[in-house]
Amino acid sequence: MSKLLTPEQVTGLKKHAAAIRHNIIEMITKANSGHPGGSLSATDILTVLYFAEMKVDPTEPRQAGRDRFVLSKGHAAPALYATLAERGYFPVEELLTLRQINSRMQGHPSMKDTPGVDMSTGSLGQGLSAANGMALAAKLDNKDNRVFALLGDGELEEGQIWEAAMLAAHYGLDNLTIFVDFNGLQIDGEIEKVMSPLPIAEKWRAFGWNVLEIDGHDLEAIFAAIQSAKQVKGQPTVIVAKTVKGKGVCDMENVADWHGKAPSPEQCQAYLAELDACEI
Amino acid sequence: MAKLIATREAYGDTLKALGDENKDIVVLDADLSKSTKTSVFAKAHPDRFFNIGIAEQNLMGTAAGLAAAGKIPFASTFAMFATGRAYEQVRNSIAYPKLNVKIAATHAGLTVGEDGASHQAVEDISLMRTIPNMTVIVPADARETEQAVRFAAQYVGPVYLRLGRMGVPAVFGENYKFELGKAALLADGRDVTLMACGVMVSKAREAADILTEKGISARVLNISSIKPIDTEAIICAAQQTGAIVTCEEHNIIGGLGSAVAEVVVEHCPVPMQRVGVQDSFGESGTPNDLLKKYHLLTEDIVEAVLQVIKRK
Repeated sequence: MSKLLTPEQVTGLKKHAAAIRHNIIEMITKANSGHPGGSLSATDILTVLYFAEMKVDPTEPRQAGRDRFVLSKGHAAPALYATLAERGYFPVEELLTLRQINSRMQGHPSMKDTPGVDMSTGSLGQGLSAANGMALAAKLDNKDNRVFALLGDGELEEGQIWEAAMLAAHYGLDNLTIFVDFNGLQIDGEIEKVMSPLPIAEKWRAFGWNVLEIDGHDLEAIFAAIQSAKQVKGQPTVIVAKTVKGKGVCDMENVADWHGKAPSPEQCQAYLAELDACEI
Repeated sequence: MAKLIATREAYGDTLKALGDENKDIVVLDADLSKSTKTSVFAKAHPDRFFNIGIAEQNLMGTAAGLAAAGKIPFASTFAMFATGRAYEQVRNSIAYPKLNVKIAATHAGLTVGEDGASHQAVEDISLMRTIPNMTVIVPADARETEQAVRFAAQYVGPVYLRLGRMGVPAVFGENYKFELGKAALLADGRDVTLMACGVMVSKAREAADILTEKGISARVLNISSIKPIDTEAIICAAQQTGAIVTCEEHNIIGGLGSAVAEVVVEHCPVPMQRVGVQDSFGESGTPNDLLKKYHLLTEDIVEAVLQVIKRK
């Protein structure tokens, strides 16, 4: 695929992604609960969406004509919040209130609480339906704003996902582009062993979707896939993004146990040092 | 005999009219549009009607997304599937974010009839009223349905409308105006108050007439607004008539009877009796045979009054 981003743009995105990963670890440690593994695997996708792609205005988060994003795997809320803070929706310091009483940073995304959150999610399987509704509304109004959603691979075990998959293809929602964060792990272990949703790409193809498969940590590939999806008419696109759960923190990478566990303050210091030492 | 009109019929007609007036109104159904009467809207406004297929969870989720993007979606299917199958979608995707979705569920209660227990929702009021942010309305006749549907369209926030399959007689005249959180006084009385919703309202009125002949003066309140409920009218009735009988085509657990009891015990405890489905599933049969077998007839209300008055 030809290069669509300049080297400077890529460097800029990498810096944002590094800052987001740093904040994910810090906020989950402070909260002493949360989901680091799936937040870190989704970080690069969120970075490209919010810093290279989506038409949004952090000073006007509810603007009618904006692009919208639904985090269907709502437990990756720390990644979304860190991305929104990095993008300027609210102060970065507020991230440290995650999961605490009276905080706008709820354990799972709440559109009523957090500026920039377009849909309340957290109970798995429900986000794609909402994204469909948003895409249908844009079509009805002849608006060209686009809808994006991010699904977990374990989440594909939910039946509602496939109800929604059928709908998006049936109504030809070419203004909808979704990602599957294919990190291969869910709480109880490898997705293949718990309840295999494999083969993933073939399933979506069979449901009538345009399917792209990429490395979910390659910022240029993520951006290129989104541009490719925009060219497709009459069909929604799913980008199956192969990712590493816990990406960026050696201890956490590919370890299912880090799905929903907070690092200790000591671990946090080591992990932050590791992340900050990464060359960009 | 007076003309009978099912509340679902009035729903379909009102929806079509609303669609003419407001282009933000969209309608979703899950392969039951001929039964729920959303087909009337679909015919007039095909571009704003979405058949979701037999997928009620996705029905609610899609409606939530349309509402998040500024539309006013009416999502329809049978009460069983709207509140049972898709309960958690209604809770988490619609009510928690307080999205502007109208859930208009038809075929509620035993009067679904021949389809039997699998299709007879006798728990839906209970399920919906326990969800924060949810408004619950059970219209009694065609006129009130029209009013309630129009109210729902202009109210911002989730609404559950409970509609029936069976034709029901008119309770209200042309001038009736539905008001959220207000009970409608249908007959005044001193000795007991009958509080009814849905198909049971006309039966409560008949019961009041029979009671008059027996020398018992019964007040009749139509409580279509189950949530919010008219606390003032209930307290007033408890204080002034000293006994209450609730009448609903729903399980006596969690529905109108429970909602009224919650108000009564906190403010003015008086003897109460709940006419309704006595914590059982239904079965196949004609609506009238079911109402008879499950003790939801006028005579059952009269009997409940005779019992409750003894406890005054």
